[in-house]
Amino acid sequence: MTHFSAMSLLRNALTGHKNWREQWPDSQPKAEYDVVIVGAGGHGLGAAYYLAKEHGITNVAVIDKGWLGGGNTGRNTTIIRSNYLYDESARLYDHALDLWENLSQELNYNVMYSKRGVMMLAHNVHDVQSFQRHVHSNRLNGVDNRWLTKEEAKAFCPPLNISPDARYPVMGAALQMRAGTARHDAVAWGYARAAAARGVDIIQNCPVIAIRRGPDGSVQGVDTAKGFIKAKKVAVSAAGNTSVVMDSAGVRMPLESFPLQALVSEPVKPIFPCVVMSNTVHAYISQSDKGELVIGSGTDQYTSYSQRGGLPLIEHTVAAICEVFPIFNRMRMLRKWGGIVDVTPDRSAILGKTPVEGLYVNCGWGTGGFKATPGAAHTLAWTVAKDEPHPINAPFTLERFTTGRLIDEAAAAAVAH
Amino acid sequence: MLLIHCPYCDETLPESEFAYAGEAHINRPADPSALSDEEWRDYLFIRTNARGPHYERWRHIHGCGRFFNAVRDTVSDRFLMTYEAGEARPDLTVKEAAE
Repeated sequence: MTHFSAMSLLRNALTGHKNWREQWPDSQPKAEYDVVIVGAGGHGLGAAYYLAKEHGITNVAVIDKGWLGGGNTGRNTTIIRSNYLYDESARLYDHALDLWENLSQELNYNVMYSKRGVMMLAHNVHDVQSFQRHVHSNRLNGVDNRWLTKEEAKAFCPPLNISPDARYPVMGAALQMRAGTARHDAVAWGYARAAAARGVDIIQNCPVIAIRRGPDGSVQGVDTAKGFIKAKKVAVSAAGNTSVVMDSAGVRMPLESFPLQALVSEPVKPIFPCVVMSNTVHAYISQSDKGELVIGSGTDQYTSYSQRGGLPLIEHTVAAICEVFPIFNRMRMLRKWGGIVDVTPDRSAILGKTPVEGLYVNCGWGTGGFKATPGAAHTLAWTVAKDEPHPINAPFTLERFTTGRLIDEAAAAAVAH
Repeated sequence: MLLIHCPYCDETLPESEFAYAGEAHINRPADPSALSDEEWRDYLFIRTNARGPHYERWRHIHGCGRFFNAVRDTVSDRFLMTYEAGEARPDLTVKEAAE
């Protein structure tokens, strides 16, 4: 693996950029691995990286039915934040945020993590009370978050309309300064490159057909389009398709898969300094380094695996953006797309062991899995390597739907990710 | 935009007139107090989440207001059929054979 540095850039520049090598090989499956990870998104690739780096397990394959980072990793709106209400969630997402801080240096790959601040708008009295409760709860947990008046919000994000005659007037905002965005593709590529350098095989275009279990019930490996691959342990990190993969192992999941859509505008000069989210009017917006406004909407109402979603939702989202930021009402949109997100009943992830020996699952991130990428990957690797959960992901069990010990971010209001 | 056939109104209308109401044919337990924790979990939280034909409920909220059932392919989003609430779960294999 070529180490990226100013020196290597200079050397390659002087030789006409003809000697750059591939960043990772396109591997073919071996007969047997210690660990097979299903799903080559940021979470799966990251878990492979941490397995190799922190636990010395390098006989690992990451298998994907499509191309690396082509699922939700490459389809989200790249928002990173950790201002969740409950202690369990705050710890998990703040752990991820801690890892985001040094990720570019750790991977020697620029993931373009930008702490530009995420501002969540309050449009009514309930929002104000709920967000202030979040701010207090976050501060007790050592999570950065503070309350802004609407004038302060306007000063922080000048395109914002705070006029009192707006249809949904802004009454204030919660601001997490440590939050921001990162380059989503670079996260997958950086983890892939760093994992491959430590001996991990990344196998693309190889759908997993079923998880095979032995007579004693434990995992034996996975049947794939390229044949059977034997594995001591299998970790499923397949986002929207988790139910399908887990069904093949005889584990029924508390998940529903919904399309989640996003869109980008034509690129313009820097106009938007931060990320703004409004859960009440359903609009999330930031500006990419290319200059496009990146806009996210809510999930479609029906379950689907189509990776498309319907136009009514886009219309609703764009209407909300124009309402909150009238300056954008003549922007032209370039393209829209959808990803399939797996949603749990309590809107918290499932990350840990399963009833099947040797089978682990990382799913249920719903509409907000990108921000958790390093934290989920890190704790999943721990769980797989030690066959027990890391203290941070210990509450996020599959059993909580039997015991009733839910982490009910869904009821905590203002939970859109 | 999905076009959905309401079996009560007998009209095919845009998705925005309808509200999705989750998986169909999940019956409320006859004797709730007799259920184990695992049975409660299955009833409350576990869902088929089918990739392919999916039995689901819709409600014609901006029309007749009634709930009905549908079978939709979740890969193509194409509706295979809609039918009135309370009807037995249709057997898709029988229907295909008849056609």
